Amino acid sequence: MELMTRQETWNITYKHALGETASWFYAQVRDNAKIFGRRCAASGRVLVPPRSFSDQTLQPTTEWVEVGPGGRIETFTIVYEEFQNLPPPPYAFGYVLLDGADTALGGYFKGVDLKDSAKAAERLKIGTRIVTKFAEKRTGDVLDFWYEIA
Amino acid sequence: MSNDRVGIIGIGQSAFQARRDDASYPDLVREAVVLAMNDAALEFDDIEAVVYSLSPDAMVGIGNAERLGVDAVGARNKRFLRINTGGATGISSVAAAYYHIASGACDVVLTAGADKVGECGDSQTVLNKIWDPTYERQLPLGTINMLGMSAIRYMHAYGLTEEDMALVTVKNRRQAALNPNAHLRRIVTVDDVLASRCIAWPIKLLDSCPQSSGGGAMVLASERFIKERKLEAVWITGLAHCSESYWLGDRMGKNPAADHADAFALGRSFQRAYKMAGITNPYEQVHVAELYAPFSNTEYHAIDAAGFCKPGESIGMLREGQFELGGKLPVNPSGGTLCTNAIAVTAMIRVAEIALQVWGRAGAHQAKGARVGIASGNGGDHQFFGTMVIEA
Repeated sequence: MELMTRQETWNITYKHALGETASWFYAQVRDNAKIFGRRCAASGRVLVPPRSFSDQTLQPTTEWVEVGPGGRIETFTIVYEEFQNLPPPPYAFGYVLLDGADTALGGYFKGVDLKDSAKAAERLKIGTRIVTKFAEKRTGDVLDFWYEIA
Repeated sequence: MSNDRVGIIGIGQSAFQARRDDASYPDLVREAVVLAMNDAALEFDDIEAVVYSLSPDAMVGIGNAERLGVDAVGARNKRFLRINTGGATGISSVAAAYYHIASGACDVVLTAGADKVGECGDSQTVLNKIWDPTYERQLPLGTINMLGMSAIRYMHAYGLTEEDMALVTVKNRRQAALNPNAHLRRIVTVDDVLASRCIAWPIKLLDSCPQSSGGGAMVLASERFIKERKLEAVWITGLAHCSESYWLGDRMGKNPAADHADAFALGRSFQRAYKMAGITNPYEQVHVAELYAPFSNTEYHAIDAAGFCKPGESIGMLREGQFELGGKLPVNPSGGTLCTNAIAVTAMIRVAEIALQVWGRAGAHQAKGARVGIASGNGGDHQFFGTMVIEA
């Protein structure tokens, strides 16, 4: 028998409040091209991206600490597959331990030829030093900055 | 009654496929329920509660699809609740059914669900939305690239290679070929895996699970009920959960509490389940395992977390054939999550397959003589790890 289908698209617009901590962080990214973490007074650890409390000590964070712009790659991936409503491939992104931070911050890696995946992976290997770059025009978002090999 | 054991008395699962255009979503749930009820040989009036297994709504494209599922599981006039712990949903649902009985609240509980991942267009588009919209969703994180980044750290820490990853796919496909309910059953070679296109380095197409459609259902009962009715059963002798904190970037850097290479909380969850079951040496005492591993690399950290070896030793042991059907300790004899992933019930199928194994009812993919088995489910990005020990 003929089996039928019905197509539907969900298109819902959200306006997410970022809260005080992420709002202050993104204002610094937008206005001063600087990245800050939050120090947990109980453990002394600098948490990046900044949060209002530590998930380990469950204490509020108390102090802004500037981190980077240098750092080292902690992990990465290179995406070659196209997914619906996600950026066109190829692109590389991952996590970087910025100088002065205790935890790693996600961001794109740019300036690496991704055509040969094995070669690109070798250039992005764990421990590689990077420097954070900022866009000329910044809106206050993670996409305002990215990492390039130092 | 709370000291009674809890047994599994009925199992139903679909023959999983990419699409099931012959069945609506509730039809697919119903299919699994009918199979499980026939297996249990009970009247539906015996069921006192239903635990509904349903992961993110957007995967089936129906908001709170458990509402539509009430009829399919026959829950009218019965206790009913939905469980969602992402990829761990299925094992969490079995755990919730267990707790209904262990608490003394019920004697017989059904858990059931289904998924139609093939209908959502692109599961990664849905799964990107499980990340924080403030800092991380824009990158764009998804489950494949998140676990690709786990592979990169596992390679760095323990020397895992692309070929080691391929060997998991080769093993699991060979085992899935023996399982009529598995979705991907074509046998492949290491060269096939290495030559398949790269999705998110180092994960290639054949290192990846499919988007499956199908249902799963299980009937659990108290030991008292099982003995009164003279029913056949296998027993859940240990179960647990454990979580890791949210931030992926905290599982690296300076002195992390857990590393993104590993599945730290899965290990802790297994330790809790083993303690409950009285297992002190899992490598010697466990005969078969169904470990949730949607990408080839993740089977290694799951084996490590199951306590079969020290972290990273799983690579050499898999090469020796220890985890093959016919080896010392078969892992994923059904083909596992790598060959079938209907997300809402995937982790339930891990439990169901282990129940069939220790029951001696697994057919062509039976691990010979298995009497003690373990199952696991992973949800989110390391947030929800469920584990179980099942014994004949």
